[in-house]
Amino acid sequence: MKRRDIIQKIGFSALFACMAANIFFLGGIIFFIAARGLSSINWAFLTQAPRDSMTAGGVAPAIVGTFYLTMGAIIFALPLGVACAIYLTEYSPKGWIVNLLRISINNLAGVPSVVFGLFGLTVFVKYFGFGVSILSGSLTLGILALPLIISASQEAMTAVPQSIREASLALGATQWETIRRVVLPAALPGILTGVILSVGRVAGETAPILFTAAAFYVKGYPHSPFSEVMALPYHIYALMTEGTHPVEQTRIAYASSLLLLGLVLSVSMLAIYIRARQRKTYNA
Amino acid sequence: MHNVDYEKQPGMENFHPSLVKGPVGINMNYMGEADVFGPEAKISARKVNFYYGAKRALNNINISFSPRRVTAIIGPSGCGKSTFIRLINRMHELVPGTRFEGEILIDGLDILSPACDAAELRKRVGMVFQKPNPFPKTVFENVAYGLEVNGVTDKHLIEEKVVDSLKKAALWGEIKDRLKDSALGLSGGQQQRLCIARCLAVSPEVILFDEPCASLDPISTAKIEELILTLKKEYTIVIVTHNMQQAARVSDNTAFFLMGDLIETGRTDRIFKAPRDKRTEDYITGRFG
Repeated sequence: MKRRDIIQKIGFSALFACMAANIFFLGGIIFFIAARGLSSINWAFLTQAPRDSMTAGGVAPAIVGTFYLTMGAIIFALPLGVACAIYLTEYSPKGWIVNLLRISINNLAGVPSVVFGLFGLTVFVKYFGFGVSILSGSLTLGILALPLIISASQEAMTAVPQSIREASLALGATQWETIRRVVLPAALPGILTGVILSVGRVAGETAPILFTAAAFYVKGYPHSPFSEVMALPYHIYALMTEGTHPVEQTRIAYASSLLLLGLVLSVSMLAIYIRARQRKTYNA
Repeated sequence: MHNVDYEKQPGMENFHPSLVKGPVGINMNYMGEADVFGPEAKISARKVNFYYGAKRALNNINISFSPRRVTAIIGPSGCGKSTFIRLINRMHELVPGTRFEGEILIDGLDILSPACDAAELRKRVGMVFQKPNPFPKTVFENVAYGLEVNGVTDKHLIEEKVVDSLKKAALWGEIKDRLKDSALGLSGGQQQRLCIARCLAVSPEVILFDEPCASLDPISTAKIEELILTLKKEYTIVIVTHNMQQAARVSDNTAFFLMGDLIETGRTDRIFKAPRDKRTEDYITGRFG
């Protein structure tokens, strides 16, 4: 065998090893959590409230809480993020200011989530006086989701060919009509992908709701936006760090983790499906 | 620029003196030309300069376009021909950092003045682009788009207009059963005729074709050319083309652009048989470009 061939073999083997390591860890996480959590998941677990100081019963209030927080965050972040993306891609004059804004938004996506949590505590909980509530938590998570939604929307709108914008304008449409009737519909699948990925991210975050929304235990279900709530990620955190029955609590924590993982994964799968469909539409 | 006695030029003997009509009113003496074919000008450009930033792309363009005639603009890549026709429906405004001087009159009104509304202008001056650019919508929605944007809400009227436009664009027979299918599923040539139908639906007076066959096969090209010849009965047509045979086949008048200058205009047969400028001759005989 020639020297070059040997180098190539070694290179491929190294790449394969890296890929295998990735698969091992990813598969390991899923297997590990499934192995420990699957046996505890049943209908009662999904529909009942915790009982006997967290050692029995289910996680239904945490599922409901996570649902409210996530929906609230998206309701807040989606219109704001899409509007911002429209301005940045369609209206703002091109130049260094817009580039700086774009970089800032991307950087915002990299800010540690606990920083968002502290911001939410200061601004929403204290300054606006919303207290520790679904509203404060949703707004905080919304700000966390904003850069994701802005980036995804910007990308989706930039991907809409300039030629169909020109087609619309050349027919006597104004710029806004062009955006509303041509650009946004064409970008919608991409924007939705961004939304769904944000849902996955937001649903799984613990730090931003730590000081703004979540409670260790709330009796009953939330009845207003100003209620404190339980949420799955915080529930897992609390089960593992507080309480007096570590064995029972650990079992429930694994089951909750598996549930959360399943939720986030299925949401991501949905995003991949939508994106694949979008590609098909464009390449038809 | 060229003080040519064109009566003595070869090729000039074969058309009737009554057809020799000056580009009306304004700029009678531009380029010494007086053999543009057709009645009074529908569009006239006067002293048009155009700049991309500091780079000058058009130099003092003076030209007229006759109504219900096809004028071809030919010239090598980068000569400013697309830049020029994109001024006629103000698509140049989409490119930041550009600047123009001079005026372009349509029916006597300066369409480049800020007082003229670009969206209103574009209803009167339609455009067909180099690559077919249908919306990712159904065939019907594509043609109805311009009407809806322009405030037509009557469903029957829209339907009537869509059918009528598709017929005018010689597409109806092929796709009358596919109105609800995606326009992206049509062939390239069909897509381009759909774009023409879409443009006809808003009842323009002028249609600008920016190299409409550049991405089409010969058969589709032939269909588009045939269509252009039908459309000129009703519309003023300006077509930019790289293809000199195409210019010869479809146009009544031809203008030759080179490096931002308008070198020569005239009746198409005369330009191809007896170009007056050495540069025009070099270009049409394939010596450059």
